[in-house]
Amino acid sequence: MVMQVARRVSSMIVTLFGVSIIIFLILRLLPGNEVTASLGVSAGLLSRAQLAALDRYYGIGQPFYAQYGSWLGSVLTGNLGVSLASRTSVASLVGAALPVTLELAIAAMLIGEVIGVVFGVLGALRPAKLLDDVGQGISVFGLAVPTFVIGTGLVTFLASVFHYFPSSQGFVSITVNPWLNIQQIFFPALTLGLGIGAAVMRSTRTAMLEVIGLNFARTARGKGLSRRTVVWKHLLLAALVPIVTMSGIQLGYLLGGTVVVEDIFVLPGLGRLLLTSIDNRDFAVVQSVTLIYAAGFVFVNMLVDLLYTWIDPRTRA
Amino acid sequence: MRGVDLDVMAGEKLGIVGESGSGKSLTVLSVLRLLPDPPVRLLGGSITYAGQDLAAMDEKQLASVRGKEIAMVYQDPMSSLNPLLRVSTQIIETMSAHGVPKDTARRRCREVLHQVGMADPDRVAVAFPHELSGGMLQRVMIAMAVAVSPRVLIADEPTTALDVTIQRQILDLVEALHETSGMAVVWVTHDLGVVAQFVDRVLVMYAGRIVERASTAQLFSRPAHPYTKALIGTLPRDGAAHRSALVQIGGQPPDPARLGQGCPFRDRCPIAVDRCAHEEPPLLPAGEDSVAACWRVEG
Repeated sequence: MVMQVARRVSSMIVTLFGVSIIIFLILRLLPGNEVTASLGVSAGLLSRAQLAALDRYYGIGQPFYAQYGSWLGSVLTGNLGVSLASRTSVASLVGAALPVTLELAIAAMLIGEVIGVVFGVLGALRPAKLLDDVGQGISVFGLAVPTFVIGTGLVTFLASVFHYFPSSQGFVSITVNPWLNIQQIFFPALTLGLGIGAAVMRSTRTAMLEVIGLNFARTARGKGLSRRTVVWKHLLLAALVPIVTMSGIQLGYLLGGTVVVEDIFVLPGLGRLLLTSIDNRDFAVVQSVTLIYAAGFVFVNMLVDLLYTWIDPRTRA
Repeated sequence: MRGVDLDVMAGEKLGIVGESGSGKSLTVLSVLRLLPDPPVRLLGGSITYAGQDLAAMDEKQLASVRGKEIAMVYQDPMSSLNPLLRVSTQIIETMSAHGVPKDTARRRCREVLHQVGMADPDRVAVAFPHELSGGMLQRVMIAMAVAVSPRVLIADEPTTALDVTIQRQILDLVEALHETSGMAVVWVTHDLGVVAQFVDRVLVMYAGRIVERASTAQLFSRPAHPYTKALIGTLPRDGAAHRSALVQIGGQPPDPARLGQGCPFRDRCPIAVDRCAHEEPPLLPAGEDSVAACWRVEG
């Protein structure tokens, strides 16, 4: 087990290294740089000498590999740089935004897993009955309707019909006002959770239908276990690997989804930070946030792989 | 399947014999209502255990009979245990389901694993099913079945998937458990040899029906149904020349889904008469403790 974790962690580091190079290069391909971004058209008024001084100051004139090296060096020592737009450290911006996104992601994942697993299991137990049809309906809706449509629809509906828009008061953290915070997080989390739930439901239902007729299920019933134990312990455990796989994939999409949903619901998370920073050509912030998203994605993948081994003893080498 | 009438007395050893597809497994699975539904379903009849009708019970009531009163061991031990749970977990949860306290269950788990002949019960207890051989898994299944001391053990061809040498050991093990606990045993098999050595009474099944019911001694000395006679005739005999061809029963068993009227065995029967084609024979007395579904039996 220790060996497996070590192997996974080292491959995660290699992946992140590659990702950091790609992020760095893509950002350099964008037209414009820090100087034109902060000064706008007035950058044209600068003299050649002034431009050269600024280039030197920001290190823009250096070759890419040198720029990359100095960025990577700072990141590794915990220095994410300074945001040009807000003149504050990137670390403090990320520190404020990350908890919001984490809370949103966890809440969305919880909602998605509960919807997906419950309807998936119950649907598989009685295929083509009412509950299964309801589940399938939710699933088709969740898969077919994109997040931004559900999100804007929800915001418009709640605000115009119920005059309910909890985010209008400005975001509060869960430690300050838990009740308001939960209201502010619930609807964006539901928006993201529907899509996750839809996909998880499909895998759960299929996986359950596959194991439901297996011999060990008959043994479990035959030895007098309650229906609940048979279904939620024996069958669900046996169906768990495909469910975990799908959940991992969904968590990847979810990270992308938070960008859209945070923007719609005005949550000051990483996604919004990323969007505003792209608008401002705030390279230091964009680089760091993208890297954090990538790290989250790679970390989730690692977690899923380790979960397999934990669930299924046959995969333990 | 039709007209299968099966009764087991307390402490008795009953054999159910028949070729593949004759309905042996379905019969015993229906006792605990474990039929794979769909495609199979219990349409009528009663299953009586100690005065209660299992056919009329709901799942909750059934759960208190399954495992506790009537336990089962199945054909394929490799797929009959949950691959993701340790052996001990699966044995202990059986006992917990029937109200045995955790501590007692843990102790008893070790005890029964020892009882079924595990040299190292502690190692087997923490093993996952894929780490054990087929023979060991079937012993685990038996340990799990007897852990709550059921009054009836149904063994559905428990040795078909195993080595011949292991078959013998499993048979001896169940015999020994029967001796010590006095539980009734229903042994389903296609192997007449097993029946001859082990059980008191035999049911012979053909095409989803019971064609003969007799004590073991009676069955072998005076088989009444032509199918039983033919089955016994196929047994290789001691003393016969080793090279002599094995005897077969000519023809194929009928498809149980497409049985017409009349006796299902008539097409392969050497002594069939006209009546056999029109009327299906009921079980008729054929001897001291023997009945057979054949118009030609001499009672």
